[in-house]
Amino acid sequence: MLNHKLLEVENLKKYYLITGGLLARQVGEVKAVDGVSFYIKEGETLGLAGESGCGKSTLGRIILRLEEPTEGEIIYQGINITRLGKKELRRLRKQIQIIFQDPQSSLDPRMTVNQSIGEALLIHGMKDEKERAKRVVEILERVGLEAQHAWCYPHEFSSGQRQRIGIGRALAVNPKLIIADEPVSALDVSIQAQILNLMLDLQTEFGLAYLFIAHDLSVIRQISHRVAIMYLGKIVELAEKGEIFQNPLHPYTEALLSAIPNIRQRKKARILLPGSVPSPLNPPAGCRFHTRCHRVLPICDKEEPPLKDVGEGHLVACHLY
Amino acid sequence: MTETILRIRNLRTYFFTRRGTVKAVDGIDFDLLKSKCLCLVGESGCGKTVTALSILGLIDSPPGRIVGGEIYYNNLNLLECPPDQLRRIRGKEIAMVFQDAQSALNPVFTIGNQIVEQVKLHLGATTREAKEKALSLLEEVGIPTPEKVANYYPHQLSGGMRQRAMIAMSLSCDPQILIADEPTTAVDVTVKAQILDIFNQLKNTRQMSLLFITHDLGIVSEIGDRILVMYGGRVAEAATVSGLLNNPKHPYTASLIRCLPDITQVKDRLETIPGTVPSLIDPPGGCLFHPRCDKALAICREETPPPFIVAEGHTVFCHLYSHLER
Repeated sequence: MLNHKLLEVENLKKYYLITGGLLARQVGEVKAVDGVSFYIKEGETLGLAGESGCGKSTLGRIILRLEEPTEGEIIYQGINITRLGKKELRRLRKQIQIIFQDPQSSLDPRMTVNQSIGEALLIHGMKDEKERAKRVVEILERVGLEAQHAWCYPHEFSSGQRQRIGIGRALAVNPKLIIADEPVSALDVSIQAQILNLMLDLQTEFGLAYLFIAHDLSVIRQISHRVAIMYLGKIVELAEKGEIFQNPLHPYTEALLSAIPNIRQRKKARILLPGSVPSPLNPPAGCRFHTRCHRVLPICDKEEPPLKDVGEGHLVACHLY
Repeated sequence: MTETILRIRNLRTYFFTRRGTVKAVDGIDFDLLKSKCLCLVGESGCGKTVTALSILGLIDSPPGRIVGGEIYYNNLNLLECPPDQLRRIRGKEIAMVFQDAQSALNPVFTIGNQIVEQVKLHLGATTREAKEKALSLLEEVGIPTPEKVANYYPHQLSGGMRQRAMIAMSLSCDPQILIADEPTTAVDVTVKAQILDIFNQLKNTRQMSLLFITHDLGIVSEIGDRILVMYGGRVAEAATVSGLLNNPKHPYTASLIRCLPDITQVKDRLETIPGTVPSLIDPPGGCLFHPRCDKALAICREETPPPFIVAEGHTVFCHLYSHLER
């Protein structure tokens, strides 16, 4: 395993301002991502899990600079990319690519696969049309499609095949890091397994690093090396995969794990969380999870717990530790 | 022996499109027992939702049409029922909860209003009675402040709350059967667990029968009594939930279970099912699963497999078991 840090983010924040009234004055802010730090090593998969609205997709988009961070630093291969200009950003995006959840809406319906993937190649400097066509076929074959598919339109494919095209398009420019935002959650189980296997194969072959965003923890477990759990814009726990699943420390992680229906372990004891995720517009004071926590202490609604190492790289933000 | 409340025999629902006839549901049989939960499971396009809509008489025609079969509710064949009688049954005795509560609720009426309307229509209650009923229903599905929520519009509620409100609405006329079509797919894991608990409670306290449509075998294991695995508009396997999960007989069911990522252990590679779901316009001959089946025999290409009984209450439609009794 390579130990080189490919990507590092420090204290990343993204606040969306809410304006209202006649003069469009600021009336509040949504703290979508609120002080997140982590790193991804070369060839490693970091799984990012959490419920909807916890900021996991926003985080992925900030790393690609599709959203501008409010605060914090993004360091890629030792270079601070937080304030890169347009031109440099384009070069950077050859290295960092993204796969979206819904391949239907992320592919242009009026472009053939050849055009969709070819466009990515053209933008990143492959000027010769014949060379591009050759590369497209090469990629299609690598992601389990056939050469003749290059001339088809997105609607002619099943959703699994479309996701393969999405992966192919990301792969086309030889990236080092792929941000996969819920890449399998719209797929049927039998297809989901095919795509996960494909992503694992590609990782071994090309030494790719993934930031794998998903809400399904069993999928995360299958593909990740390390796992980060987010709640309301913050990372509450981050550890090696084995650690987090066998020895979850944060009460939220515990509850998440126990809430997953499992066919191999029926009728187990479940920790039922009361209520739903509070609004990020007005998050609870202190620990953001204290309103739903089953192990809450008196200190929890007063002080915000820092994310600290409790041994061997197992980070947790909770007053219990 | 518990009584059968819904009996479906050889139901066939086809859609007649310009590109050809889609056999969305092609000859399925099942029984729903009183105060039990039957889960319909399968991948997208296998006909689960069309089955539910056929029961309620909600198939758009054209292009769709129920071309054959029988749907008995108690002893009444719903397919021969005049429309106004069906309208009295639908929503009152057989209710439905949809996947996407956002689009199933009316955005311009408050939650309370929408429940009151239904109670007044079906039960002929006065407005005051209906309002009381609405509040008690909202409470029953675990909404903490029913008086407040009743005055909310759907967009003011979170996804989980909206789903509860819709369940409350479906319960408003004390239905005998509740059909739930992927009710937890659009909500988060922790909320999903809460909603499954509500369904489990309802089944027990109200003696209600539940027809639960899902693609998630994990959910089935939490809520189901019996399970029906569908593939390409036909039944592949029908059994009790524990019978099927512990001892799947159909190669399709077995692969479906194997290709689930497991939260308790990690495999190097997930098993997959090669290929994709067949086109229902031009389906493969014989057993629909044979092009993807690793155990396919010569006969599978030629003949549609009949049901074989592998154990009591466990039927499988697969030629591998042709030595057994039909």
